[in-house]
Amino acid sequence: MSNLLKNIIRFFIFILFQVFILNEVPPLHQFIVPYLYFLFILWLPFSINRLALLLISFAFGLSLDYFTGTPGLHAAPCVIIAYLRPFLLNLLIPQETIEQTYLEPGPKSMGWAPYGLYIGIFTFIHHFFLVLIEWLQFGNFGYFIGKVLGTTAISLFMIFLAEMLFTRIGKYRANKT
Amino acid sequence: MKNIFLFIRRYFYLLSFLLLEVFCIVLLSNASKSHQTFFASAANEITGRVDKRYNNLRSYFSLQETNRMLALENTRLKNLLASNFAEINNGKKYEIDSLIKDSLGYFRKYTFLPAKVVGNTYTLQTNFLMLERGEAQGVKKGMAVTGPQGIVGVVVETTANYSKVMSLLHRNSKVSAMLKKDNNTGSLEWDGSDPNYLTLRNVTKGAKVSKGDTIITSNYSANFPSQMMIGTVATISAESSSNFYTLKIKTATNFFSVQYVYLIENARFAEQVQLETQPVKSP
Repeated sequence: MSNLLKNIIRFFIFILFQVFILNEVPPLHQFIVPYLYFLFILWLPFSINRLALLLISFAFGLSLDYFTGTPGLHAAPCVIIAYLRPFLLNLLIPQETIEQTYLEPGPKSMGWAPYGLYIGIFTFIHHFFLVLIEWLQFGNFGYFIGKVLGTTAISLFMIFLAEMLFTRIGKYRANKT
Repeated sequence: MKNIFLFIRRYFYLLSFLLLEVFCIVLLSNASKSHQTFFASAANEITGRVDKRYNNLRSYFSLQETNRMLALENTRLKNLLASNFAEINNGKKYEIDSLIKDSLGYFRKYTFLPAKVVGNTYTLQTNFLMLERGEAQGVKKGMAVTGPQGIVGVVVETTANYSKVMSLLHRNSKVSAMLKKDNNTGSLEWDGSDPNYLTLRNVTKGAKVSKGDTIITSNYSANFPSQMMIGTVATISAESSSNFYTLKIKTATNFFSVQYVYLIENARFAEQVQLETQPVKSP
């Protein structure tokens, strides 16, 4: 399957899964909503243009927002992780070897430890800004920190499950041409 | 001039990032205040259609519960039928002088309109319901929405066939409520922590509140008729710094499973709101 088609299908699946399954889950405790949708942005290919990455993430976040009725709320953290993604990837992976041979980030292409760090940092950033933007409207501080950490833990757990369930084949770039 | 172009080229990604971010914040702040953007209502029509498909599927799972609630409401309404009340037969003849009371002077103030819920959130901080009824069927902004068990919210946005309801579980939602026992009023809000409980602020300490008391809508609301069920008192906390109680209210409506609701139109809504919002001219 072509890489573009695969990502388009992923776009819709992540949105629908988030809206119709995860957002319907009754609150576990003090409003921990399980979030998984931003994994779409983290799974985009290494070689993607930075401007394209920003615009895709914005459109992705906004389309989720129109389902939940809060335009801009999820789009803002999506754009932040899309902007920071290339910097962290440059730090985490040795330049010449991986980026040239593998297509997209994953435990196979990066190794479990750097990939875990990559996922962990961005999950935290995403939830931090998501709750911060809500919090600018109302809230108190203990609730804020608790909600960020709780939601991050749940999300990391679900991303781990997703990686276990859908083992993406670490495709070599050379095979594709 | 050249320097400006160089600057833009150098920081192109940072600038486009900031631009998008500002755009997001502007969208968000506009949305939570007015809900009036054309863009939003166009998108509503699309997400409403998707929600409807999904809801058609989902409604099968809750058919039993919906049936039970409709049956309950039917019995309640049937009990109100005039034919249930027999005249007391004590041989006396009552004559009512219809001239004292002008029987033609009544007018219909509230009209009810049934609607199906096709979208509902309760896990966010700002929760909305989507109803499959819109301007074409007579829905207007500001109409009150109530379920079979208790009130649900207020219409904030309408398109031709769908309308969006700000649920009571929304951080900006505000409804005037009172205690059924002694008519002391307060302001009903939601603190965003638990969808089973609302907060009733500014109830005077003179009120004799106890757990389990019924909370109903007050007379002071333009969109809600008075005396509609809201919920029951769960906990009472007295603020030592002020003269008011803050009550936690268990909602009568089960927001997790709301299926059918009624839209309530107040014939004098526009007139009342216009006078309420009109600034007082200083003498």
